[in-house]
Amino acid sequence: MGDIKTSVNLCGVELKNPVMTASGTFGSGAEYCEFTDLSKLGAVVTKGVANIPWEGNPTPRVAEVYGGMLNAVGLQNPGIDVFCERDIPFLRQYDTKIIVNVCGKSTQDYLEVVERLSDEPVDMLEINISCPNVKEGGIAFGQDPKLVEAITSDIKKIAKQPVIMKLSPNVTDITEMARAAEAAGADCLSLINTLTGMKIDINRRSFVLANKTGGMSGPAIHPIAVRMVYQVAQAVKLPLIGMGGILTAEDAIEMILAGATAVSVGTANFIDPRATEKIIDGIKAYMRKYQVKDIKELIGAVR
Amino acid sequence: MKAKFEEMAVVLSQKKIAADIYDLTIQTKDIAAHAKAGQFLSLYCKDGTKLLPRPISLCEIDRTKGTLRLVYRVTGENTGTEEFSRMAAGDTIRVLGPLGNGFALGEKKAFLIGGGIGIPPMLQLAKELNCEKTAVLGYRDEVFLLDDFKEVCSTVIATEDGSAGTKGNVIDAIKAHNLEADVIYACGPTPMLRALKAYAQENDMECYISMEERMACGIGACLACVCKTKEKDHHTNVHNKRICKEGPVFDAKEVEL
Ligand SMILES: Cc1cc2nc3c(=O)[nH]c(=O)nc-3n(C[C@H](O)[C@H](O)[C@H](O)COP(=O)(O)OP(=O)(O)OC[C@H]3O[C@@H](n4cnc5c(N)ncnc54)[C@H](O)[C@@H]3O)c2cc1C
Ligand SMILES: Cc1cc2nc3c(=O)[nH]c(=O)nc-3n(C[C@H](O)[C@H](O)[C@H](O)COP(=O)(O)O)c2cc1C
Ligand code: FES
Repeated sequence: MGDIKTSVNLCGVELKNPVMTASGTFGSGAEYCEFTDLSKLGAVVTKGVANIPWEGNPTPRVAEVYGGMLNAVGLQNPGIDVFCERDIPFLRQYDTKIIVNVCGKSTQDYLEVVERLSDEPVDMLEINISCPNVKEGGIAFGQDPKLVEAITSDIKKIAKQPVIMKLSPNVTDITEMARAAEAAGADCLSLINTLTGMKIDINRRSFVLANKTGGMSGPAIHPIAVRMVYQVAQAVKLPLIGMGGILTAEDAIEMILAGATAVSVGTANFIDPRATEKIIDGIKAYMRKYQVKDIKELIGAVR
Repeated sequence: MKAKFEEMAVVLSQKKIAADIYDLTIQTKDIAAHAKAGQFLSLYCKDGTKLLPRPISLCEIDRTKGTLRLVYRVTGENTGTEEFSRMAAGDTIRVLGPLGNGFALGEKKAFLIGGGIGIPPMLQLAKELNCEKTAVLGYRDEVFLLDDFKEVCSTVIATEDGSAGTKGNVIDAIKAHNLEADVIYACGPTPMLRALKAYAQENDMECYISMEERMACGIGACLACVCKTKEKDHHTNVHNKRICKEGPVFDAKEVEL
């Protein structure tokens, strides 16, 4: 049965299937291409990149928690210049879309990266206004609708590629942030980033993470992510990229039924370096089983 | 040129060799044939609530038979290592490897220094190093793997409680036996590595240390496992190297401890 259609359109960008990697869990793909054929992926979303190199947080940067993990990598990145010279040409070798995740400590930082990327062969920009692990910038932008609106419209003024605003779940009402981004001209929204958590080592009586707190990801956050994607899907007209705890094709389909046009797979890569490919195969198997001809029939199908 | 493999390995044998210390031999398809001393494996738990792989060093490699020996410590109740300790011959375990850089084999007169659960990876190195060498092993109290080391090289030990060998640490044992070498290869707790780095500097020796950090991907993608370096790293473009990728073995001069 070769006639099932898995391609989706994200604000003008055609993905061969809805499965992409989640920023920060896949580097720029170089380490995973030994296990997964990057050309099979809908898109690769790269690790957050800033205008200049960032050293990130002290270690330990990760901790395992029941059904999930905490991370406080602190957006270590090589800076946009090295990224453009090395990572973009690497990814261009593959038949997949490139989505660059952008981070910053000030509006100016974000704008510098967006500007630098304007002539680069990348397909979309994902703006991380929701990282809980850096002291300034990041999440601060994502927790106040006025700031969301301001930074979205500033970026939209200069961006040459479609702009995805990545929302934080660490807010009282995520639909407020979604509406603010939509009002300011965002092309797409992605959600959710990690939920702020903490783990204490009772034997040492100290924090496991050097940063004390870290962002929680993995299967334990999946129901929260599904709920938030559903709520945002009801609140805005923009296409959504759903993520949070997707380990299997079933998890991905749940997210699509809740209203996501595409999905990002993060922590699952750490458990199985071929997770993304397996999820794509599983989605196709589900479509055959239920005779779904076009994946678009599933997007937001559960209301 | 595929260099890392994800496999279902089969347990050939497992026994307890000291309090909380287990000795596991697994059959692999491709991993052993490609493995080097000082590299490690990611071991995955069957318990789905424990997501992250456990990094465990290679203690012995049989490239022709395709088998690997792992010696590890159970760190507590309800841990991943406790799950592993319940495996018996015939059971399977999902593994990824070989990971990391491993030791570069030299020819200079060497100390192979292991502290606690850092002792196992020194065994394969002891077997492969073709030079004058002495193993210096530091234990808290109970001794393990000692006979295995004695078969391949001259070996001295230290115990913290003085129950066997020199009372004290590995440097105390080196001094007590008036030993000398040109290069140190070491794996063990950070305070030991720090002391050895200083010792090597004072005595004008080369020093290669195997480092440990909490990991998530194990293959260099997530930037969880970095250590601080003196020079800017080529890949990360900051003063951080990935222990799972550029390490776990580093020239002690390169890294901050
Ligand atoms: C390169 C490398 C090689 C290693 N080789 C060996 C070996 O040969 N034998 C051995 O006994 N131990 C070794 N360790 C340490 C071993 O990885 C940990 O003891 C083990 O992961 C603890 O898991 P757990 O299930 O017992 O503990 P849990 O408390 O259930 O672990 C929770 C999480 O913390 C991580 N973690 C806990 N302690 C450590 C630690 N010390 N280092 C890294 N991650 C940790 C676990 O991997 C897991 O993700 C090595 C570590 C590294 C980094
Ligand atoms: C180790 C790690 C690093 C991450 N780094 C980034 C990042 O640089 N930028 C970003 O927007 N999100 C980052 N995230 C968040 C993920 O992209 C994703 O939103 C989150 O982990 C939820 O998905 P998951 O449960 O599938 O991992 C990171 C997550 C992890 C676990
Ligand atoms: S564990 Fe991911 S980079 Fe080392």
